Amino acid sequence: MNAATQPRPGRDEAYNFAYLDEQTKRMIRRGLLKAVAIPGYQVPFGGREMPLPYGWGTGGMQLTAAILGADDVLKVTDQGADDTTNAVSIRRFFARTAGVATTERTPEATIIQTRHRIPEMPLSADQIMVYQVPNPEPLRFIEPLETETRTMHALNDYGVMHVKLYEDIATFGHIATAYAYPVTVNDRYVMDPSPIPKFDNPKLDMSPALMLFGAGREKRLYAVPPYTRVSSLDFEDHPFQVQKWEHNCAICGSHESFLDELILDDQGTQSFVCSDSDYCAQRVLQGENGQ
Amino acid sequence: MNAAHAINHTIHIDRAADRAQPLLKVRGLGKLYGPEKGCQDVGFDLYPGEVLGIVGESGSGKSTLLSLLSGRCPPDAGRIDYRRADSQKGAGQWLDLYSASEAERRTLLRTEWGFVEQNPRDGLRMGVSAGANIGERLMAQGVRNYQVLRAAGLDWLNQVEIDPARIDDLPRTFSGGMQQRLQVARNLVSGPRLVFMDEPTGGLDVSVQARLLDLMRGLVRELDLAVVIVTHDLAVARLLADRLMVMRRSRVVETGLTDQILDDPQHPYSQLLVSSVLQP
Repeated sequence: MNAATQPRPGRDEAYNFAYLDEQTKRMIRRGLLKAVAIPGYQVPFGGREMPLPYGWGTGGMQLTAAILGADDVLKVTDQGADDTTNAVSIRRFFARTAGVATTERTPEATIIQTRHRIPEMPLSADQIMVYQVPNPEPLRFIEPLETETRTMHALNDYGVMHVKLYEDIATFGHIATAYAYPVTVNDRYVMDPSPIPKFDNPKLDMSPALMLFGAGREKRLYAVPPYTRVSSLDFEDHPFQVQKWEHNCAICGSHESFLDELILDDQGTQSFVCSDSDYCAQRVLQGENGQ
Repeated sequence: MNAAHAINHTIHIDRAADRAQPLLKVRGLGKLYGPEKGCQDVGFDLYPGEVLGIVGESGSGKSTLLSLLSGRCPPDAGRIDYRRADSQKGAGQWLDLYSASEAERRTLLRTEWGFVEQNPRDGLRMGVSAGANIGERLMAQGVRNYQVLRAAGLDWLNQVEIDPARIDDLPRTFSGGMQQRLQVARNLVSGPRLVFMDEPTGGLDVSVQARLLDLMRGLVRELDLAVVIVTHDLAVARLLADRLMVMRRSRVVETGLTDQILDDPQHPYSQLLVSSVLQP
């Protein structure tokens, strides 16, 4: 372990292990088993109040709490970065309540809770990704009724999903949906992959890692088991495509990773840097340079 | 020429054979919300290409009957049998509507059937463009080619006399008559055999009504559609319907050919209904 990994701190005994009580964690694990058994199916669960507001990752945190063991090494990212407020706070929360080791290094983590990115480094079979999901229902934009969307899922009635893509092409000339791009899991359920950029969609397909999704406000969880087919919806004459950049990362020079645009001054000077801070830092350590 | 002639001949025979059998068989159908509220003891056969009008006063059970027929609301009594199209799974077989699975009913409703609502806002997706509204049924049937969807949209806008340049406009920017025509297009794009219409000319002014009726009459004949149309407007019934059912207090009081009922009504209520129409 290097400096990026913090060894196991002492646990705050005032809290139960990983904050939630054992019955709640069992309930969530039962939900997770069902979710893994039916890839892409949304399982309702009794969401608990967490000590932070909805929208800040309560769904992901409850799943992490339910699956966390004392020997796990936790990594938390927010839009790919390990050092933003949300990521730092959640990491510190579990270090204190569960006393687990935390890390910024992707290969050293056993559980990675993420807000809206999949790490650039390939995942391995002993890792679990936990996604924070604001709205788990991909059909919601066209159908406000929950009873109706459930029926549509049950009957495989997904024609309306393409209506949105059609509108994109009619308006912009191409599929302009750039994040939360709907996918079909295991050729059955249509799933919202949480607001990850569509750049990350191909990484879901046949991934060796287990993917868990938790929506705290909506109280739904769902999963993509390892080595499951995940295909993005598209049209024959407008196939699915990921974003490309003309620039390289200004720090590490990568031209393969997902880049964030930074505006440097009032003249609008642009700079592009990797959104995955760990990937970028490792490349710099290995002697890669931008520009 | 000979081959073409032979094929035409076969199609003609097929169509004739198809028309000899009913498309929809309704027996003892009923659903009551209270005494004489709803509909009861309704039975009829509907043949391919036939237009059946249901007329009657407000609260006589017309709309209840229509929702029972179209699979939207399970009846208390009776049964509905529908003969599947030859191109579909279970070709030519009779399907008992309410013992079929919900999945089958839904598939039927968006492929072989259509439903034109009284208020186009209920039948259209107001948040997406006219082209997407027309393409939705095709997408639900698995068409995944944008160019094909686009071409179908343009073609159908043309057929319902809407300027194809408006394909990317939202339905809310359309006039009431255009919305209603768009709804017709959206339903007919999947090539249905049976269309239900609930007061399709309800909220429109007279000249727009006339244009819509003219258009629908043409399409119904051209596409050989069977139609069940609910209306309280006898002029609409006379223009579109081959056969009429007069309803009053949840029961069918008289059925027969449209001209026969309108020109020589037998039941006292039908006589009242016909005589109450203002003659300009």
